[in-house]
Amino acid sequence: MRKDEIRPALLMILPACLFIGVVAIFPILNAFRISLDRRMPVFGISYFVGLDNYRFLLQDPRFWQSFLNTAYFSLLSVSLELALGLLLAILLHGSFRGRGLFRAVVLIPWAIPTVVSARMWEWILNPDFGLLNYLLQQIGLLSSPLNWLGDRVLAMHALIMADVWKTSPFVALILLAGLQMIPEELYEAARVDGAGGWQIFRRITFPLLLPFILIAFLFRTLDAFRIFDLVYVLTGGGPANTTETLSLYAYKLLFQTLQFGYGSAVAVATFLTVLLISTVCILLVKRQHHG
Amino acid sequence: MGSRIRRLARRSIFWALLAGLATFCLLPFLWQLLTSLTPTSEISTLPPLFPTRPVLDHYLAIFQDRPFGRFILNSVIVASLTTVSCLSIGSLAAFAIAKLQFRGRNLLLFLALSISMFPPIAAVSPLYLIIRILGWRDTYAGLVVPYTTFALPLAIWILWSVFRDISDELYLAALVDGCTPFQVFVRIFLPLAAPGIGTAAILVFIFAWNEFLYALTFTSSEAMRTIPVSIALFPGLHEVPWGEMAAATIVVTTPLILLILFFQRRIVSGLTAGSVKG
Repeated sequence: MRKDEIRPALLMILPACLFIGVVAIFPILNAFRISLDRRMPVFGISYFVGLDNYRFLLQDPRFWQSFLNTAYFSLLSVSLELALGLLLAILLHGSFRGRGLFRAVVLIPWAIPTVVSARMWEWILNPDFGLLNYLLQQIGLLSSPLNWLGDRVLAMHALIMADVWKTSPFVALILLAGLQMIPEELYEAARVDGAGGWQIFRRITFPLLLPFILIAFLFRTLDAFRIFDLVYVLTGGGPANTTETLSLYAYKLLFQTLQFGYGSAVAVATFLTVLLISTVCILLVKRQHHG
Repeated sequence: MGSRIRRLARRSIFWALLAGLATFCLLPFLWQLLTSLTPTSEISTLPPLFPTRPVLDHYLAIFQDRPFGRFILNSVIVASLTTVSCLSIGSLAAFAIAKLQFRGRNLLLFLALSISMFPPIAAVSPLYLIIRILGWRDTYAGLVVPYTTFALPLAIWILWSVFRDISDELYLAALVDGCTPFQVFVRIFLPLAAPGIGTAAILVFIFAWNEFLYALTFTSSEAMRTIPVSIALFPGLHEVPWGEMAAATIVVTTPLILLILFFQRRIVSGLTAGSVKG
């Protein structure tokens, strides 16, 4: 009887396979193909150049700068998000009055479109009438207002701040799910044995939560590495390309300078880097599961 | 006595942290709300107290001087169509993977997972060329088809975990009664999975509502802009109209906040089912 299921099963998965095949896999393969061309459609230029674009990419200082910018952004924002997310998750885990409301409030930054949150931060960071400068001056941390988005060092950290605000809640939710799976008896047993709060966290909570931390790390790192919206709106890659990320650089090449071949090569390089990161992360998660 | 003071201290720290957390999450939004109600002449005054006479000018301006209603309509149409097509396609596939016996089920799940991982920028140039050839620039189809594809993994993973948790015996019994697998899916599994489908619908809708890169690239006329694109391209040539911008962000954000307040539990369970359970 169960053999008959191949036909209906195929029919049921066919639409999904078609969409994924035609709209996702085919374009990706096609991007590889385009990256081997020199293509500038507006000038009617299109011919095969093999790996020339990649050879150029390896020597392109702007590519390497955007690569390092992306790596720095990802590393710092994901670490901060994991730390803050863990704190949030622990806070929201206990049972207290109004817990549902607080969990909903935490979700708000996550659900707001990135472009919209970028605009909110642009206003907060405004050098003249921004809330942040005002608050920092009020509490005496600043003597004169800072030009957050116009400064080479500050701009990158302003981006990180906005990203941490938006996505720590997501991390918190994944870790909260993990916390809820730890059996209460383990804590009771530990308390009976006289373990203190820090010991309980180190010996029970942290190890049991580790798979969830790794999953959150994987998802967030991949997301951070392909960041586009936030940078496009908040800094546009400036000042002096100090906040330009890989996706933004590829976008500018493709749709502003209309270099389709080279832009695709940068996009493919981004894709390969993300692939490498996710493979490493998945192997780590697997190892954690088995060991 | 000492333990009582310690418990009190602990509770105060807990609530202080929670209050700090809520402020941290809400402050940017609240400040936008305040700005959106402040007359332009007072916008640059600090401290940001409640405006002496709050005005709705900025809200009127975005709907009268700009086609903001049109942008909202575009976003509603695109996000709704995406949700419907993504869930019909995704629920079929998820059911087949969860309940039918065939080879390559895990491969399909893995494929969906890898699709959700790749950067949208990697597919944007070839997709742009395809959409131009098809004449789909500035059409709803040019957004709904890519959105459906890229939201499919999320829908498939959530629904797969929902269908998997519904008993196999129910499926087998219906087959014995003479139903085809498709009939079992429509008559028995869809109604039982309704809450899970609702969860997936909310998440897919939020995804489509928020998407930016493809909307920016595949539309060129102002009339076809979605909300994120309109907000990204908002500033005037010479100065940023802060009041109108604040009004626009409040209009866009409020429905999402309501959605979250109503469906908080559902969204949390969906997010964690999609990412953690698998």
